[in-house]
Amino acid sequence: MYLIDCPHCGPRAQLEFTYERTMDSIAPAGADPQEAMRVLYSRANPMGADDEVWRHTYGCRAWLVLTRNRMTHSIDAVRAVGPETLA
Amino acid sequence: MNRYSVFGLMRGALGGQKHWQPAWRDPEPRASYDVVIIGGGGHGLATAYYLAKVHGVRNVAVLEKSWIGGGNTGRNTTLVRSNYRLAPLHNLFDFGLKMWEHLSDELNYNVMFSPRGAMFLGHSDADMTMLAQRGDALRCDGIDAELLTRDEVAKVEPLIDMSRTARFPIEGALMQPRGGTARHDAVAWGYARAADVLGVDIIQKCEVTGFVRDGADGSGAVVGVETTRGRIGAGRVGICVAGHSGQVAGLAGLKLPIESQTLQAVVTEGVKPMVNSSVMSQSLHCYVSQSDKGGIVMGGDPDNWPSYARRGQPTVIETAIAQTIAIMPALSRLRMLRTWSGVTDMSFDGAPIIGPTPVRNLFINGGWCYGGFKATPASGWTYAHTLATGAAHPLNAPFALDRFVRGATVDETGVGPMPNHR
Ligand SMILES: Cc1cc2nc3c(=O)[nH]c(=O)nc-3n(C[C@H](O)[C@H](O)[C@H](O)COP(=O)(O)OP(=O)(O)OC[C@H]3O[C@@H](n4cnc5c(N)ncnc54)[C@H](O)[C@@H]3O)c2cc1C
Ligand SMILES: [Zn+2]
Repeated sequence: MYLIDCPHCGPRAQLEFTYERTMDSIAPAGADPQEAMRVLYSRANPMGADDEVWRHTYGCRAWLVLTRNRMTHSIDAVRAVGPETLA
Repeated sequence: MNRYSVFGLMRGALGGQKHWQPAWRDPEPRASYDVVIIGGGGHGLATAYYLAKVHGVRNVAVLEKSWIGGGNTGRNTTLVRSNYRLAPLHNLFDFGLKMWEHLSDELNYNVMFSPRGAMFLGHSDADMTMLAQRGDALRCDGIDAELLTRDEVAKVEPLIDMSRTARFPIEGALMQPRGGTARHDAVAWGYARAADVLGVDIIQKCEVTGFVRDGADGSGAVVGVETTRGRIGAGRVGICVAGHSGQVAGLAGLKLPIESQTLQAVVTEGVKPMVNSSVMSQSLHCYVSQSDKGGIVMGGDPDNWPSYARRGQPTVIETAIAQTIAIMPALSRLRMLRTWSGVTDMSFDGAPIIGPTPVRNLFINGGWCYGGFKATPASGWTYAHTLATGAAHPLNAPFALDRFVRGATVDETGVGPMPNHR
């Protein structure tokens, strides 16, 4: 288990957080249905770092974007989600 | 080939057992093959065997980056059953279960298939309604399913806490008597040996690192693979790499509806027989069976976030063990021997993906999540059909890769595109 540094609450145990999905699987608002399905249902799933959407579910309940390595489990960045993150 | 038999063993005893031969060759890769299969797990090896045996396609190589059976095949908890709710799933898995019943004879290799029964526990009226509904669906398709009362459950597993104060009360169960367990390594080795005899080259320590593509811009049909042992040409290429599906398909520029997650298991010291069947609870998330060596094997949910690390989170396996002990308190006295994990290929509807990809001559078999061992014979049989003919087999047709964009998912648990919520 590791610590995730919530931008709002500071370092907290991973168990307080839930993983939701990857940044590359968010369908843009207004995408046509076929394209939306394609994006929702596919991921790069790399054997290295990827940008992931997590939530501090059992804390402040805010959404976060983690840049996390799937081999080493190291977290290189945690960003609060706002309009600027999704732009 | 040296056929294994009790007479061979007796003859060998007279000669000091010096007659044993390696079970398969260790060939150098040829320049090209009709079919190259990436991944020497049970599924890849079974596919090669049925390609040679059923379709007469013998110019086949299985490329394995480490040693055969060292992936999820050799890490799984070996539950074999076919009692899925949805017809496309239970028909595929039951085709496989019928093959398990004769697999040792077919391969001349003892896969130790042991149909001791697969039992899903019900903890509430709602559970029992769900289990009855599933049982009905199964029996409509001729698959065995028996709804057990509390007393019948207690008879099968006397060590289950049946008291009314139990942490997880037992209301009954759904039993599949033909379900059971098998010996995981033997499945890989048995298929490898039988495929090798038919001319299949099994090439270990050979990692696929890229695809060779036709066309000026290198985006055409696949015509071979780049490997750590050089370039190998191929008529057709079949990906069969379980948890590494996303990574290998990515070498061809594909994004799959698959996410890789860690799945853990645990085994205790060996003890005398105390768990008679395989016991599962889907309302909780735990299952338990006893290996033929006596170890109590337990498992539960995957760690619900992406990872290729094969390092499990202790809290996840602790939850599975705690639930199992609540059901069978006697297990609490046992000592843990080891825990381990594998990288599972979690698909977005929880069902496998078998069939062509958008890249010509490139096929995929993956997305088996935490439940593909039981499908090994059926997966190999139907994937061999697809690789030999280029067409879907009736049993794998519902599992085509494009089902997700067609809105035709096979969603056993009805969760939607959430591999982390299965
Ligand atoms: C802990 C655990 C418990 C499980 N319990 C059960 C169970 O009780 N019942 C059940 O039915 N299923 C279970 N499963 C799932 C089951 O193990 C798998 O679905 C099944 O074994 C997959 O078989 P496979 O042959 O596709 O994959 P694997 O056996 O993983 O084989 C894939 C092979 O591909 C190789 N490979 C990967 N990348 C490359 C490359 N680039 N080049 C060459 N080779 C490569 C790997 O080294 C590996 O050997 C469990 C899984 C785990 C991890
Ligand atoms: Zn927070």
